[in-house]
Amino acid sequence: MTTEALALIVFLPLLAAAGAVVLPRTWLRLNIRLGLMPLPLLLVLPTLEVLESGTYRVLLAGHAAPLGISWQLDPLSLLMLWLNVGMTLLVSLHANSSFPADNEHAHRFWPLWLMLFAGMNALVLSADLFNIYVTLELVTLTAIGLIALEGKPPALRAAMRYLLLALLASLLYLLGVGLIYGQTGVLDLYMLADLLDPGWLAVTAIALMIVGLLIKAAIFPLHAWLPAAHGNAPGPVSAILSAMVVKVSIYLIWRLWFWGIPHWDLDQAALLLGLLGAAAIVYGSLAALVQQRLKMVIAYSTVAQLGYLLLLFPLASTLAFQGASYHLLSHGLAKAAMFLAAANILKGMGTDRLQRLAGVDQRMPLDVFALALGGVSIMGLPPSGGFLAKWLFLEAAWQMKAWGWLTLVAVGGLLAAAYLFRVLAVVCLHPRRRNGQPEERRTPNLASVAALLLGLGAILAGFASAPILDLVEAGLPPGLAP
Amino acid sequence: MDSATVYVLAAAVLFGVGVHGLIVSVHLMRKLFAINIMGSAIFILLVATSAPISGQTDPIPQALVLTGIVIAVSATAFGLALMVRMCQETGNASLAVEDEPENDD
Repeated sequence: MTTEALALIVFLPLLAAAGAVVLPRTWLRLNIRLGLMPLPLLLVLPTLEVLESGTYRVLLAGHAAPLGISWQLDPLSLLMLWLNVGMTLLVSLHANSSFPADNEHAHRFWPLWLMLFAGMNALVLSADLFNIYVTLELVTLTAIGLIALEGKPPALRAAMRYLLLALLASLLYLLGVGLIYGQTGVLDLYMLADLLDPGWLAVTAIALMIVGLLIKAAIFPLHAWLPAAHGNAPGPVSAILSAMVVKVSIYLIWRLWFWGIPHWDLDQAALLLGLLGAAAIVYGSLAALVQQRLKMVIAYSTVAQLGYLLLLFPLASTLAFQGASYHLLSHGLAKAAMFLAAANILKGMGTDRLQRLAGVDQRMPLDVFALALGGVSIMGLPPSGGFLAKWLFLEAAWQMKAWGWLTLVAVGGLLAAAYLFRVLAVVCLHPRRRNGQPEERRTPNLASVAALLLGLGAILAGFASAPILDLVEAGLPPGLAP
Repeated sequence: MDSATVYVLAAAVLFGVGVHGLIVSVHLMRKLFAINIMGSAIFILLVATSAPISGQTDPIPQALVLTGIVIAVSATAFGLALMVRMCQETGNASLAVEDEPENDD
């Protein structure tokens, strides 16, 4: 039954996407519901399976590796599945009001949206390097289609730049896969550990794959495409791009690194990746500090926050793994909340230029509240999920006496506070607030509720951490230091 | 020089041509072609890995190349469609022109 449930988790959204293209437009609403709503229920069986036996393997069509393609469900991929399902459903609430079935873009938006969803589910399940390439392409192409959807020139340009870099990245990854297959004769990620020794060819292959994935994850200095793409996309698209799409690339680097080549001596390379992460945190935060548009501040904040996910490589311990996984989760919730709130503000005010947003807190209090809740988690203030993630990082660095990384995490939090308080100051501390009539309030709608739910989720993540951290601990890669 | 070496060398040369084209070209169509050339280089390399070692040809790389070609065709079609739309909206088929700063003040 678990196999069937997993198959449906990938194929139901895919079928619904096909249905949304082929079937009459009056059926669109039904298709959307069919592709999204049953997913949490479908995840129940796989969850029970993982809690009971840890790892679950699906041999597609019954062929075992090395000939066949397999899926592997383990605690980490289960966490990613839940994240993707939860995040996509909540953001879909918003999309439902920004792209209702009678919207002129709806018949293009929903098929791409559902395919992106299916692609990410397949990606986190896949254990086959080439199958991962296919899912990566599916995710990238649908994501770019969604960015370009409304056809505004800045979004089209951003989509084009993203496409060229993403295709280059995919080819680097594919070249690596080809080199690995040439040497080992297998494509199964979890069989590499025993078969792949660090010769120059294998090192080249892994390096090519990681560089490709770093481009897709927009890690400094390969981040150039991200701010324009995330800052100009429609609201729900920005939210899911920052919350999930860039993260799945980093998830793949973790997989390759900790599961694919656990026996290699990687101290130097880990240090290099950690330094890239550090540069991303500092550069992204400073760039966010000088942006003039709200969505661009949030986009550069993503560049910065992604850096934390690379600190896992030099810190490499149970605590760091828990911290990084929790950061992935809480940043996803917080960033989705902020992007959705920003999209509502952009729609309500007609602009998201910061200097014109004075007074928006009176007109759209719910959205500003959601923005602030997300901000609290990004800054890492207690008791939010972001705080817990940063705390775990600090503890990991403390245990290893890695004072440099410890300082970096602390400074990163301060920088985040700086660029987010700048936004909140513009929005809330304006002269009209003290003297003058309160402005007319917009009636909150489902779009604001979706932003608020995600923002509350980012805060509540600080309270309900135990089961998730236990799950991460149960899914640690083999041979990781305690 | 055995045939596998010829394949690998050809792949290396083509990949280099593709990278050069991607970086140097300005027109988006040329950039998309360059990416396709890089893709072909990788496909040649994959075919080379299926060379018969003990009389048996390995079918897996050929299946991978077929899938890869399908993906390359779709990605190229998508890229070209995006380029056409961009050209219609902005009158320009290159990314060399910087985004004009928005003047909504």
